[in-house]
Amino acid sequence: MKMPDEPTIADVERIAHASVRDCYQCGKCSAGCPQAHAMDVLPNQLVRWVQLGRIDKAMRAAAVWQCVSCMTCSTRCPKSVNCAGVLDALRQLSVEHDAAAPGQRRTIVFQQAFLDNIRRNGRLREMELVGIFKTKAFFGDLNIPLLMKDALLAPQMMKRGKFHLFGERVRDRGLVQRIFERCHC
Amino acid sequence: MEIGYYPGCALHGSSNDYESSVRACLSALGVSLRELDDWICCGATAAHCLNQKLAVALPARNLALAERDGLPQMLAPCPMCSMELIKAGSLLAQDAELRREISEIVELPVSGSTQILNLIQIFQKIGAARIKEAAVHSLEAFCPACYYGCLLTRPPENLRFDDCEQPSSMETLLRELGAQPVDWNFKTECCGAGMTIAHEETVLDLSNKILSNAAAHGANCIVVACPMCQVNLDMKQAAINARHGTAHDLVVYYLSDLVGLALGLDQQALGIDRHFVVRK
Repeated sequence: MKMPDEPTIADVERIAHASVRDCYQCGKCSAGCPQAHAMDVLPNQLVRWVQLGRIDKAMRAAAVWQCVSCMTCSTRCPKSVNCAGVLDALRQLSVEHDAAAPGQRRTIVFQQAFLDNIRRNGRLREMELVGIFKTKAFFGDLNIPLLMKDALLAPQMMKRGKFHLFGERVRDRGLVQRIFERCHC
Repeated sequence: MEIGYYPGCALHGSSNDYESSVRACLSALGVSLRELDDWICCGATAAHCLNQKLAVALPARNLALAERDGLPQMLAPCPMCSMELIKAGSLLAQDAELRREISEIVELPVSGSTQILNLIQIFQKIGAARIKEAAVHSLEAFCPACYYGCLLTRPPENLRFDDCEQPSSMETLLRELGAQPVDWNFKTECCGAGMTIAHEETVLDLSNKILSNAAAHGANCIVVACPMCQVNLDMKQAAINARHGTAHDLVVYYLSDLVGLALGLDQQALGIDRHFVVRK
């Protein structure tokens, strides 16, 4: 399979609706990041790699998929660099270029299963999502404890009327599919 | 007062207690909600992680429906939904070319003019004085840690109802109703949000810090205005205790639960009986 061309700074800035040039590496984004302790590369370092044109390197970091999208970095940036948007762009590029860190596969499978669910139904059908995600993730890692992990929650949710086997769908599902197609998704 | 209403998938799914709470509470305050017809999912984290165009188009379809149906203001009680709607609306409002492109994609003209409101903003709109007047019970037994979570006050350039670093709007309202909110440190720290299913450890670790800090500052409950915060702190509280050897026992109320209790509504009508951690 032919890979798309190597991503550039312009790709990141276009996808992120952000300019990375303004960053002067104060590190405030990383100081406030709730996931910094778990990351292999800190948010300010990712932005630096992007500034240097090393998108190939940045999008391979595990940190890209460890980010919880809380927007703390963008909110606190003294130069208004949309760091959370840069991370979004790196996530999108890492999937498009099949370059995501291998340990982050489950999170990517989950996000993809979520979007597939919306494409089919227009609204999220939670149990369908959990079922498909767990099956797909299990075939990736054959991890039985992870497969079974939330099984005990099901009866408790049922007791509270929070378990909907099917869930809702929108009437105009054709429209939802056309929106996805037009977004090349 | 009639206002547009975008429930979002969580409130029509496992967070249906939040929807009961919002509806019961606002109805008691004379606010009628007009639900957006055939609304679609905002795309949430999945869309903005994987496809930025979709992350604008999905919320934009809902904004287009609101414009078509004459709803200048719309309540989105889930901060994930409200943030996605606000981000898309603000991008559209600034960029004529994007408006043209997205209008074609979503098959309706969209300008991004709809004002999106969260639950706190609705209460501010009604006014603390009016809510206090309608209240029949004092909330004096409640010492809540008001937890805003990561998204409720962000992005700050679009949301000016409160301070994004030191928010106090929930405290202001609840104090009026007799509650004694505590001062604490984790008001806007993230609970792990949508990682609940994909990477639970992240949620258990981040949420444990929030519960621990709230308890250390003397809180006897937590108040949230987000379905993901509620699920992570409430439904996952037993798993947090198991992983960290803690003994957290904090009820996690929605803001509308406490306002509703002050208004004399019962726990069942507010959906409080559907929480996992309940008051003994």
